[in-house]
Amino acid sequence: MTEMVRAPRRTFPNPMAGMDDRRRQIVILAIVVALALLYPLVYRRLSDAIPFVPWPDTAVLVVCATFAILALGLNIVMGFAGLLDLGYVAFYAIGAYTTAFLASNHFGVHISWWIVLWLAVAAAAIFGVMLGAPTLKLRGDYLAIVTLGFGEIVRLVFRNLGDITIALPAILGGAVLVGPNANLTGGNVGINPIDPPIIPIPGPWGNQLIFSNQNVIASWYLVLGLLTITFFICRRLRDSKLGRAWMAIREDETAAAAMGINTVTTKLLAFSLGASFSGFAGAFTGAYNTAIFAETFSYNVSILVVVIIILGGIGSLRGVVIGAFALLYVDRTLLPWIGDNIINDPMHDLGVSTGQQILTDFKLTTYNYLIFGIVLVIMMIRRPEGLFPDAGAKAEMHGVGIAAEVTGASEAELTVLGELEEVELDDAPDPDPNAPAEPPSTTTGPEAAR
Amino acid sequence: MEELVKALTIGVTNGLIIGLIAIGYTLVYGILELINFAHADVFMLGTAFTYFATELIVRGLGIPASSTLALFLTLLALPVIMLMTAGINASIERLAYRPLRNAPRLAPLISAIGMSFVLQNVGLLLLGPSQKAVEPVLPRTDLVFFPSGAAWFGIDEIIVLSVTIPLLLALRWFVGSTRQGKAMRATAQDREASGLMGIDVNRTISLTFLIAGGMAGAAGLVVALYYGQTFFQYGLQFGLLSFTAAVLGGIGNLTGATLGGLFVGIVAAMSDRFIEAKWTSVIVFSLLILVLIFRPTGLLAEQQSERA
Repeated sequence: MTEMVRAPRRTFPNPMAGMDDRRRQIVILAIVVALALLYPLVYRRLSDAIPFVPWPDTAVLVVCATFAILALGLNIVMGFAGLLDLGYVAFYAIGAYTTAFLASNHFGVHISWWIVLWLAVAAAAIFGVMLGAPTLKLRGDYLAIVTLGFGEIVRLVFRNLGDITIALPAILGGAVLVGPNANLTGGNVGINPIDPPIIPIPGPWGNQLIFSNQNVIASWYLVLGLLTITFFICRRLRDSKLGRAWMAIREDETAAAAMGINTVTTKLLAFSLGASFSGFAGAFTGAYNTAIFAETFSYNVSILVVVIIILGGIGSLRGVVIGAFALLYVDRTLLPWIGDNIINDPMHDLGVSTGQQILTDFKLTTYNYLIFGIVLVIMMIRRPEGLFPDAGAKAEMHGVGIAAEVTGASEAELTVLGELEEVELDDAPDPDPNAPAEPPSTTTGPEAAR
Repeated sequence: MEELVKALTIGVTNGLIIGLIAIGYTLVYGILELINFAHADVFMLGTAFTYFATELIVRGLGIPASSTLALFLTLLALPVIMLMTAGINASIERLAYRPLRNAPRLAPLISAIGMSFVLQNVGLLLLGPSQKAVEPVLPRTDLVFFPSGAAWFGIDEIIVLSVTIPLLLALRWFVGSTRQGKAMRATAQDREASGLMGIDVNRTISLTFLIAGGMAGAAGLVVALYYGQTFFQYGLQFGLLSFTAAVLGGIGNLTGATLGGLFVGIVAAMSDRFIEAKWTSVIVFSLLILVLIFRPTGLLAEQQSERA
C-alpha cells in the first residue's frame, strides 16, 4: 500500500491520528498536496535512483485523477442517494463527445476548451435528468438494469451513428432524410484530432501552454485542479441540506418523504449533479487524448468506477479518491509491472513446454477484471463499508444498524442519530478491520424494509 | 413475405433459447429478489463446455463432424454439461450470495457483478480472447421450401426446438406439480414462513440455483451448436437480451419468461433483417427501458403481486 500513498491526493488513511486534531489534518493535507505537485517533477530522478520499484508515471496519475473525478460523481448517485447506476459511463461518453463535436474538425467547430468544458458538464447533466426522470419510480435493482441498458445504448448509438442512412420507405417516395452514409459521430474510427486546452501565454513551454498527452505534466496540474474543485463541491454538497436529504432518501424513502423532503427533485438533482462531474472527466479525457473512440466507453468502465467506490468506501469522499488512485495504479502500473517482471515469462515458458497457446500468450493484465471481480465479492462479504469509510458511514453500518435491530426503532429515527455522530466524529480513525461488518444500507425505497 | 416468415422462424428459435436463459433469471429473482448477474456467464461457460465436448468428439475420438454419431454423442453430453453448469451456479450461490442473505439488497447485487467478472475471465482463460468456431456437428440441411424454392427452416432449427421445448415443459411441470416445486414457490412467497413450515430454505434455494444453472447449460449447448461459435463475452450479449425477456414476461413468472423470450427473439430477428443488425441491441434495450418505465411489472402480471 505504500506506493498507493505515494500516489498523491489529499487523503491519507490516518491510523494513529487524534480524531479532532484539525492541525494534524491540515499538515497531512499540505504534505499530500506538496507530493502531488512535486511528484511529476521528480518522477524521472526517482525512478532512476530507485529502480525495480513500480513507480507510476505521470500519465498514469492523470488517468487516476480522471477516474477519481468519475468516482466522486458516481458517489453522489450511489453513495449519497443510494441509487445503483451501472451505466455511468454514458455520461462520461456524452461529456467526451460534446467536447469532440464542439472542438474539432469533425463539424468544423472550434470553441475554446475552457468554454466547452462547461457545455460538456451541462450536456451530461441534462442527460442525467433525462435518464433520471422516467426511472425515479424504479426500485434498486431494476434501476441498475435500466442504467446498464442506457450505458450500452449510448455507446452503441455513438458507434452506429458513424454511418447512418435514414430514408423514407419506397411507398412514401424513398426520399433520403439523413445520409446516405452520413457520419455524425465518427463511428468506430472515432473523432481525431480534438483541440486540447490551450493557454496562449509564452513561457518555458513554448509559445502557448497545451494541456494534452504531449505535455503530461501540465495536464496533471489541470486534472488535479478539476479534481480539487470536484472534491470540494462534493464535500459542500455532502454537508448541505441537499446532501442530508439524499442520505435520508437512501436510508428510507418513505420516511424522508414524510419529513417533507421532495424525493423527486432530490433524486433528480443527484442524477444530474452526479452526471455533471463525469462531464468534467469526459471533457478532460477527450481533449487530453485529443481523440475519442466509442469502444472506450464500455460497460467495463462503469463497473470499474463502481469497484472504486465499493473498495474505497461508499459515501466516503477521501475513500473514493484513494480508491481511484489505488485501483487505477494497480491496473495501469502494478499489474503490468508484476506481469512483466514476475509472472508472464514463467507462464510463457510453461506454455511453450506444455504446448498451451493460452499460457504462451499469457499477459497478467488481460485478467485484471478477474482480480476486480474477486475484490468485489470479498469486499461485500468481509468489509462492505470499504477500506476507507467515513466516520458517519461507519457509525451507520456498525452502531446504528445494530441499534435498529436491538431497539426495533425505525431506521429513519436512527439516521438522525447517525448524522449527529457524523458531525462529531468527522475524522475517526480507520475502523478495526476485525470488527463485525454490518453491510451498508444503501437500498432505496420502502422495499428496503421488506 | 418469405423474408418475414424466415425471420419469424429464426426469431422463434432464438426466442426459445433466450427464454431458457431468462427462466434462470426469473427463478432466482423470484426466490431471492436478486438479479443474478453471473447467470449469463454460467450460460457462456455452457457454450465453452460444448466447444470442448465437440473438440473431444471430433478431434479426440476422430469421429467426422458431419456424422450422425457426432451429433448423437454431443447431445449425450447435454446432461453432463447441464450438471456442470448447475454445480457452478449452486457453488456461486453458496460462496457469494448465501453469506449476504440478510445484507441490504445492494450487497448481493454487487457480489453478483463480481462473480460475473470472475466467470467471464474463466471463460477468457478457457477460450482465449477471440471467438472460437465450434465443430459443425449440427446438420444444416434445409427442410421446407417456399414455392419459389427458397429455404424456410432446417434440421438445425428442429433439433434446437426439440431440446428447448421439452426442457421448458419439464421445468413447468417440476415447479408446478412436484413437492420440491411447491417448496420453491412457497419460499419465493415468504422465506421465513416457509422455514417455519418445515421447508429447508437453504436446500430449496440451492435447488433453484441448480435448476437455473442446468437450464443455462442447456441453452449454452444449443447456442454453441446453432451459432457455430463460442465467445467469452456471450454472457453480456445474451444476458441483457434474456433479462429483458424475463422483465417483459413479469419477473418471477415462468411462462412469462418463455413468452418474453419469444417476443425478444422475434423483435431481434426482425430488426436484424429489416433494420440493421448493429441497431438490434439498441432496440432491445430501449424496449427494456420502456417496459420498465411504463409497466414495471412486465407485460404479464407478476405472480406475486405484493412484490411489485
